[in-house]
Amino acid sequence: MRLIHAHLVRPAFLLLAPCLVLLSWLWMPPFAHPATPEEIGLKIATEARARDDGFGNFTARQVMVLRNKQGQESRRQLRVKVLEVADDGDKSLMVFDEPRDVKGTALLTHAHKHEADDQWLYLPALKRVKRISSSNKSGSFMGSEFSYEDLSPPEVEKFTYRYLRDEPCGDLTCTVNERVPVDKKASGYSRQVAWRDKDELRVWKVEYYDRKDAHLKTLTIGKYKQYLDKYWRAGEMTMVNHLTGKSTVLNWADYQFRAKLKDRDFSKTGLKRAR
Amino acid sequence: MPHPTARYLAAFIVIWVVALVAAVEAHAEIELAAWDLSGRVSLEGRAFPQTGIDASQRSYTTGFVVEPKLYLEEAEGSSFTLVPFFRYDSVDSVRTHWDLREAYALLYGELGEGEWEVRLGVDRVFWGVAESQHLVDIINQIDFLEHPNGEVKLGQPMVHLTWTGDWGVLEFLGLPYHRPRIYPGRGGRLRFAGLVDRERVEYESGSEEWHPDFAARYSRSFGPLDIGVSAFDGTSREATLVCMPPACSPTGVSDVSNVWIPYYAQIRQFGLDAQLTLGAWLFKLEAMHRSGERNALGREQEYGEAYGAVLAGTGGFDDLVNAYREEEYAAAVVGGEYTFYSVLGSTADLGLLAEWNYDQRGRRALPRRQPMTLDNDFFFGMSLSLNDVESTMIKAGFLMDASRETRTLGVEFDRRLSDQWSLHVESSTILSMDPLELQWVGRRDSFFEFHMEYNF
Repeated sequence: MRLIHAHLVRPAFLLLAPCLVLLSWLWMPPFAHPATPEEIGLKIATEARARDDGFGNFTARQVMVLRNKQGQESRRQLRVKVLEVADDGDKSLMVFDEPRDVKGTALLTHAHKHEADDQWLYLPALKRVKRISSSNKSGSFMGSEFSYEDLSPPEVEKFTYRYLRDEPCGDLTCTVNERVPVDKKASGYSRQVAWRDKDELRVWKVEYYDRKDAHLKTLTIGKYKQYLDKYWRAGEMTMVNHLTGKSTVLNWADYQFRAKLKDRDFSKTGLKRAR
Repeated sequence: MPHPTARYLAAFIVIWVVALVAAVEAHAEIELAAWDLSGRVSLEGRAFPQTGIDASQRSYTTGFVVEPKLYLEEAEGSSFTLVPFFRYDSVDSVRTHWDLREAYALLYGELGEGEWEVRLGVDRVFWGVAESQHLVDIINQIDFLEHPNGEVKLGQPMVHLTWTGDWGVLEFLGLPYHRPRIYPGRGGRLRFAGLVDRERVEYESGSEEWHPDFAARYSRSFGPLDIGVSAFDGTSREATLVCMPPACSPTGVSDVSNVWIPYYAQIRQFGLDAQLTLGAWLFKLEAMHRSGERNALGREQEYGEAYGAVLAGTGGFDDLVNAYREEEYAAAVVGGEYTFYSVLGSTADLGLLAEWNYDQRGRRALPRRQPMTLDNDFFFGMSLSLNDVESTMIKAGFLMDASRETRTLGVEFDRRLSDQWSLHVESSTILSMDPLELQWVGRRDSFFEFHMEYNF
């Protein structure tokens, strides 16, 4: 019989959508001197986080297309449910539809602001719920170019920030900011640089630098749509790995905010009902 | 007397017709909100490098498995799940078998601050945290024909109530029907002894397989700690094998011509399972206390007298069973697991685990997982996940009896070949076996197995 092991769907994947907005830094007008670049960066990060408050919950569907250097493709498809939790990290439930051998496998995450996240994996073939370690942040998510870290909402306190410059990005003007992890071991990157438009604070591009400070990956984000007249969510995210030449395109579809989700859907009992 | 599987099928159909009539009466118009058909077809083969103890046993077998899953959901979230299972085996007609893995209706809703959930029908339930054996897991019978490791289970008819709140999860299970364990037939390997009678199944309870069994479990998470306590009262899932004339002579388990009669005692079991998750560490504990099981080990003389009485026509089956000791014992598994992420700068993860299995009965312990009795046994495992597009994974498990010479090694390899096809290869090797082992007759049953699986 085929066992789906915990590591097939490795821990620490989280809410993709909130992170888009969470990544947005607030544009700080230049006349607010005498703020240092570090203070500006922090303020942007803090404001960006605040802008996503109150979304309540949402459901969405994700389709990932993984491409190797030779252009061979592989698909991943999953459904996501996210519940906002006051004064703590969000709760999320992901259910896999493709590839078919992991269909029905589900991952429940209770994210926390200060302590480690709680994660449980449901293996439908065994009907087994397994508590798994959430300490694997830098590993690949489902063989894609996204790591768990790339897909998790970063807590503001876990980084230091630096405002770099303004520059045009497409028709918009972007603010470019750098983010460095406070705990070097908690991240696979030495730093990240993000481009965000000044109007809506949406992230359009992120560059990831590895521990040797080599430019490892670039994420480009697009097809933004606004929901509930407030919350911006991306429709397409493309991650390119410059070392391996591989890429992953992540498409989001069927966003539904304020769905009929209850806290109890994010319990271990609810996890067993996921399909 | 109809075959047990046929009786089970009839019983199941009656239960479901009643349930469906009740459901349709209650909701005149059921609106289907979602449905989904998925499943797997698997081509499989098994090869045994050594010939069997019994000349009628074959050294290779091929076959296939079909396991579709139908899911229906109505607008309010209630659902019905149907998972039939069929296996064809080229050499063992007993291993060619079907089962209803799942056929249940699921309903749930709010209850005060928490929620209630009901599962009605045939389902599978898993309890526990350990990998080397599933000590507290007791709701379902194992599908022993599928694999000797006991990971695959038969569907169990049940009423399963769950009440979830901030204070934890409380579950009650009513189990109206007992599924006997089915053992491989004449051509099959991994049966380890003579044959087990399929037509005659004996129960301690006068209600036989219809004895209502009950189980309950309370579980809760406290930060990094997940803990559960459980109780079970009813018919054992493990058979006591009884040797009765004329089909069985008192020559012992190594006589392949013997046909044994399975006997299911009424037992009571209390279980505890806990896992502490700290960073990349998992610490696991399972413990249980069981009473009511029957054991012939250490009662050879009494049994011999009863056997003589049956031969002389002055005794019956009950006298044989009464010669067995009614036992009460505790057992435990304790262990830990650590995962190294992104080893040596690669994308691979390496997990290492060690578990110790204890059984208070010591040398009188009976095997739960073939071919070992886990009375004082260490399990060392490793799993390497490459985290590539194909989800390549290699797992190995080494089991050693600390007080006997028995050692086994299992190795598994899994790789996805495409979005639909995947490959599974495994070897199960008996490195050495102590002649004192109850299952000494199974020493030649090391095997290789492969699955080519199509998932839809």
